[in-house]
Amino acid sequence: MTMSANANDRPVVLEIAGLCKNFGGIATEAGYEGGLWAVRDFDLTVRQGELVGLIGPNGAGKTTVFNMVSGLLSATSGQVNYYGRNLVGQPAYAITQAGIGRTFQNIRVFPKLTVLDNVRIAYHPHAGYGLVNAILQDATFERKEREMVEKAQDLLALFNLQDRQEELASNLPYGEQRRLEIARALAAEPKLLLLDEPAAGMNPKETHVLMDMTHFIREKFHLTIVLIEHQMRVVMGICEWITVMDFGQIICRGDADLICNDPKVIEAYLGKAGRRV
Amino acid sequence: MKKSRFRFLGQSALFWLAVLAVFLVAEWIVMPRMTEFRKVGWIIFPCIMAVIAMGLNLIYGFNGQFSLGQWGFYAIGAYAAADVTYRFAARVTYPVQGIVFRLPPVLQRVIPMAQVELFHFDAGKSALLLGAVLFGGLLAGLISLGFGYIVLLRLGSDYFGIATLGFTVMVQVLLINSDRVLPETKGARGMIGIPQMTSFFWAFIFLIVVVVVMRNIIYSSVGRAVMSVREDEVAAQAMGIDTLRYKVMSFVVGSLFAGLAGGLYAHLYAFLSPLYFDFVKSFDPMIIIVFGGLGNMTGTIIATFLWALTVEGLRIWLPQGFEAWRFVVYPIALLLLMLFRQQGLLGRRELGFLRAPKWPLRKTVAEPIPEAAEAGAPKEGR
Repeated sequence: MTMSANANDRPVVLEIAGLCKNFGGIATEAGYEGGLWAVRDFDLTVRQGELVGLIGPNGAGKTTVFNMVSGLLSATSGQVNYYGRNLVGQPAYAITQAGIGRTFQNIRVFPKLTVLDNVRIAYHPHAGYGLVNAILQDATFERKEREMVEKAQDLLALFNLQDRQEELASNLPYGEQRRLEIARALAAEPKLLLLDEPAAGMNPKETHVLMDMTHFIREKFHLTIVLIEHQMRVVMGICEWITVMDFGQIICRGDADLICNDPKVIEAYLGKAGRRV
Repeated sequence: MKKSRFRFLGQSALFWLAVLAVFLVAEWIVMPRMTEFRKVGWIIFPCIMAVIAMGLNLIYGFNGQFSLGQWGFYAIGAYAAADVTYRFAARVTYPVQGIVFRLPPVLQRVIPMAQVELFHFDAGKSALLLGAVLFGGLLAGLISLGFGYIVLLRLGSDYFGIATLGFTVMVQVLLINSDRVLPETKGARGMIGIPQMTSFFWAFIFLIVVVVVMRNIIYSSVGRAVMSVREDEVAAQAMGIDTLRYKVMSFVVGSLFAGLAGGLYAHLYAFLSPLYFDFVKSFDPMIIIVFGGLGNMTGTIIATFLWALTVEGLRIWLPQGFEAWRFVVYPIALLLLMLFRQQGLLGRRELGFLRAPKWPLRKTVAEPIPEAAEAGAPKEGR
């Protein structure tokens, strides 16, 4: 992986500082007492156009970080700045509208709606018409609805799903549901895309395809991508920067080579070498 | 493909002519052959019931919020509209002279009337009824906005159901004691002196408009946002949908429909009793939409008429002395339906103009990502 020389001149898209999440603790004057610290003092800086990986063993707190960034969980403390604007405390829909899209670890397409509807829902904030236009079926409605369908169909075509547009999302095979979810996230027109274990449940060939696809959409949609992944091959293969978490804390960060040889990372994944009997 | 330019609420001239034809067939050919009791019970009242069921379907079937409060909004609409007409009906009257056609004997075999009167109505009273019904609907909508916002902010589906049930009970208690504030409602004794003005014409017009409006909402971006909340609220938020806003919106629109239905009901029997607005009755629209299929508009309309036909019809069809058994037969029928067809009468299928608009694939769509095409390749092998 070659890094461009002026990488550090690019604007900062996402800046997370001191982000914490405590589940079940009691707030006291001195801070939180008891409970579980799912995430503690998490920092991350992501610059425009980067592809950043977030890895760690099960239960390390990776998805909790994503949930806090996308507003689905409220942070206990800390800051999430998106292009310099603090997002903590904002509702999830507002964060998405501001330009942060995401996919889910366990696929969450809208099961009983068609593939086309799934994508069109994500376009809704950009629909450009309201309830009254819809009821009267006026010219604005006709025009905007046509535009929206065309955009959605283009996006589906990009993911080779255009023939499936009338099908219920729940009837699609697993791989196509994954692609639909990515297509839907892109329909929300994000600048920053959070992919939560996109390769989960995929075979090696599908995983390879996914890696190429991730590169492709980053170029085509001018995206910045943060990716959670378990499969080392994916992370090592495509991410420029990697942050490793364990028990809610960052244990290492750097590029793929550095991560691979870090004793703390190896310990987190494989256990202490000395304990082998 | 050339289409006529005329559109009203997105529907073509042909559609509105068909609506007119259905109306005339019912008004001139079917209804004159029925007794007054069946005319009201089998045709006019189900039209009203379909309006409230449509509203509930928007809330529960499309948005996924379990509401038992529609009966309360129905009551609010009924009493509000009745109070308006009670005050003003005697004062506004402006009869319009109609045109009278004598029917030739041949036609009288089809239309069993000696003469047909066109455009014979009281413009003053009609305007009053329209205004009163709209007032009832808007009042119900306004109250549902306040109630819905406060409750939906904190409570989701099942708990919301309990809160709305409480609302219906509360409205009934208020109505029983309403004569302290509004003497004309006569509280628990029931309100009399409401002019009887809801004809088939009015019930039918409101039903058609409500159905078309519903259709237009559902097949729009707003409707899809409403449905996304039912499908997966978390994913909907992550797609930029303000879920609270669309929950409140569908609750308000659904309650507005219930209020309109109430206004029509009040002027149908010309008598309102708080007993009728008991919360047990609030399960009727719920039964109808489950019977017709949740999230299915065609099913709701068909189910309403079948429901009315069954409940009233069993009174006639069961042998003498067994009429009370209809409340045994009817639940058994429902039970069987739920056992063998959980998705309701029509499931997901919509009929006629209620079908989702189709968007054909265009030729000039983008090239697929080569890798995506490759990943999709195995599907030809199936």
